[in-house]
Amino acid sequence: MPAHRIYLFKRFERFWHWSQALLVITLMLSGFRIHGLYRGVDFVSALRLHIYAAWALVLLWVFAVFWHFTSGEWRQYIPTLNNIRQVMRYYAWGIFLGEHHPYQVTAARKHNPLQRLAYLWVKLMINPIIWISGLVLLLFAYNWTTDISLQAVAWLHTAGAYMMLLFFVLHVYLTTTGATPLAHIKAMISGWESSEE
Amino acid sequence: MAVTSIHAYRRACAMMSAAGLPDAAPLRRCRVIVMMLALAAFSPPTFASAPANPAATAASGELLHWHVVPQTRGPWTPTDHRKFKQLAGPFKRPEDVTAACLSCHTDAAKQVKSTIHWSWSKFDPKTGRMVGKRHVFNTFCANITSNEQFCTTCHVGYGNSKPGQFTPFEKLGDNHVDCLVCHDQSGTYHKIPFTGGNPAMTRTPVRPGCGEVYGTDKPYVEPADLALIAQSVGAPKRENCGVCHFYGGGGDGVKHGDLDSSLLNPPKSLDVHMDAHGLNFTCEKCHLTSDHRMAGGHYEVDAKPTALRYMRGAMHGGNPATCRSCHGAAPHHDGDLGSTINMHTRAIACQTCHIPQFARGGLPTKLSWDYSSAGKFGPNGTPLVINDKRGWNIYWGVKGSFKWGENVVPQYRWFNGTETWMNTGDKIHPDRNGIVDVNRIAGSPSDGKSRIWPFKIMHNNQPYDTVNKTLAVFHSFGFDDAAFTITGNWQKAISTGMKAAHLPYSGHFDFVPTQMYWPITHMVAPAEKSLRCAQCHTDGGRLQNIPGVYIPGRSADHQPWIERIGLLAVVMALLGVLGHGAIRTILWLRRRSRTQEH
Repeated sequence: MPAHRIYLFKRFERFWHWSQALLVITLMLSGFRIHGLYRGVDFVSALRLHIYAAWALVLLWVFAVFWHFTSGEWRQYIPTLNNIRQVMRYYAWGIFLGEHHPYQVTAARKHNPLQRLAYLWVKLMINPIIWISGLVLLLFAYNWTTDISLQAVAWLHTAGAYMMLLFFVLHVYLTTTGATPLAHIKAMISGWESSEE
Repeated sequence: MAVTSIHAYRRACAMMSAAGLPDAAPLRRCRVIVMMLALAAFSPPTFASAPANPAATAASGELLHWHVVPQTRGPWTPTDHRKFKQLAGPFKRPEDVTAACLSCHTDAAKQVKSTIHWSWSKFDPKTGRMVGKRHVFNTFCANITSNEQFCTTCHVGYGNSKPGQFTPFEKLGDNHVDCLVCHDQSGTYHKIPFTGGNPAMTRTPVRPGCGEVYGTDKPYVEPADLALIAQSVGAPKRENCGVCHFYGGGGDGVKHGDLDSSLLNPPKSLDVHMDAHGLNFTCEKCHLTSDHRMAGGHYEVDAKPTALRYMRGAMHGGNPATCRSCHGAAPHHDGDLGSTINMHTRAIACQTCHIPQFARGGLPTKLSWDYSSAGKFGPNGTPLVINDKRGWNIYWGVKGSFKWGENVVPQYRWFNGTETWMNTGDKIHPDRNGIVDVNRIAGSPSDGKSRIWPFKIMHNNQPYDTVNKTLAVFHSFGFDDAAFTITGNWQKAISTGMKAAHLPYSGHFDFVPTQMYWPITHMVAPAEKSLRCAQCHTDGGRLQNIPGVYIPGRSADHQPWIERIGLLAVVMALLGVLGHGAIRTILWLRRRSRTQEH
């Protein structure tokens, strides 16, 4: 039996996380099809899916941004380098030896320093790159031959997509590093994080 | 939507009553339930379409169907020309028919003579040069000069019937305008080669094999009944335009690739506008004509029209022979991807997607002609003729060898509508592949005037003066011994042709590869048969070699370093987490077995 449980992820946060996950996976799959990285799926279906998922993500983000600021949760992402060396040492070494995670999670500080940096990377770099270039492609691509270089915007969008894919791979793996391999995922479903002590 | 809900509610209640529910209270309950169901079912659309803005209405499909009344095929004139005494005949000369026409249609000859149909010559303001058959080369029979008696079979005039003697069109009187070739509705009017554009007035020998043009497969043509023809006149039908424009270059479909006799009675799949059982457009529906001036034409291609749609009563000034003059700039309304497709109209001509192939009507078109191989005679002393398995003529001693194609995929180029034509006497400028462009097309992704257009590119290998570096004007057609089709003697044919063109000839000739661009604009397929997105949005697609546009799905447009670094980072990350996970698992298993040992 876990020593104690914390209610870490509120209902909206969980909804936001999973619907965003679904949309991002959809966007990556359809986007890389449009890009030509793989074939076999109809181009038009991929394009249509990509556009719908993009607008759905825009809508989701309008609510998410509102939620972050009204709930004050944005503070969770304020970067810090405090104790970051211990956290890095844990993932590079301690985790193999079965050590406990050096970071004590609380509802007010739910992300360890490495997570804060990673999510900040997503929110301040990957998302804006994809979003701004994506909106330009959605709204201004019809001017491609005259006003803007569609190619440059598309390259930026692609670069953002690869960064997102990189984040996705690391993120999914790190979810397995909780007390048990499924602990973090369960927490994101139920909201309750169980500590191992 | 609210109305629909109420209807649904009333229907449901009526059904309930009919089902035998006389009691008021259950009926009321049912009403409430049905009302709620109806509201639930219909409220989202109600919300979505409540503000009845015009755009939303216009986008609702129904209103945008083309309600063009199918044309009945008649003379399209309120006049029965059989009732005119002037046309009673009999006519001995076609010029007399013209005089009769002009006795009522007083200015018709002046109008026709002001057009390129008559002059074969016009000034091209885009290049500051003269264009028209009188001046330019082509890659079929190459040139008109010295061949006028033959070529004027497709001239809207009479009066060059004397062999070896050509009277320039501007010196011909008004009664030499040929009204009948465009206005005959009897189907019996045929202009006969080597008579300078006249119909047969006596039994006239012709070469069998071009029955569509002569109206007979016999080796002679019977005299034309000019009175019957004159009394039949009406607005031109496709047959009238087609007799020249379908058979140019020496036979059905030979020249254009997108114009041949399959358009006389086409199915919808061949041409959505000319569909004989649908819209049934005549040529002039697009090539709108007033005062005998036709809109559109190869010398005035509007590659990127900017004028708005034609609207009754509104000033226009644009070219009606453009898709945009009817369909507007944003023609794809329906479906959720309409605006995405509309983005393409900035850079891609409508024809590029909507004419997926040309020569689709069951007739092949000529793709290359090699004059250098001409001159072979068969064992019986007549020019050698070779047909392939499909019956397509691939060699003819008087012309050379040919390549044909059916359902041909066009070539695509940036095109701004400007073509620089090689006039007789111009020096040749072969490109780096040694090919001379007879009409060099201009266009680029960045000039703001170009779009990507489909072309038929017609190749030849035609004679040129190796010293003066000019394409040869040569005498092909005639009954004299200098005519190439009679004797197969290039030296005589070229020196006669050059002399007639008043050009110097060194006496030395050879053959140079030439090519000619034909913008493809007819045989517009129905929307469902147009190009699919993935036919360009892929590697090796239709627009593979088109520069200056980013085509998602075409990997040549990717930034290679983004791809390399991006994929490398992702692969490294995958390997990294797999390794990390493996070590974790192994060490965890070791720890667990140790715990169990203790």
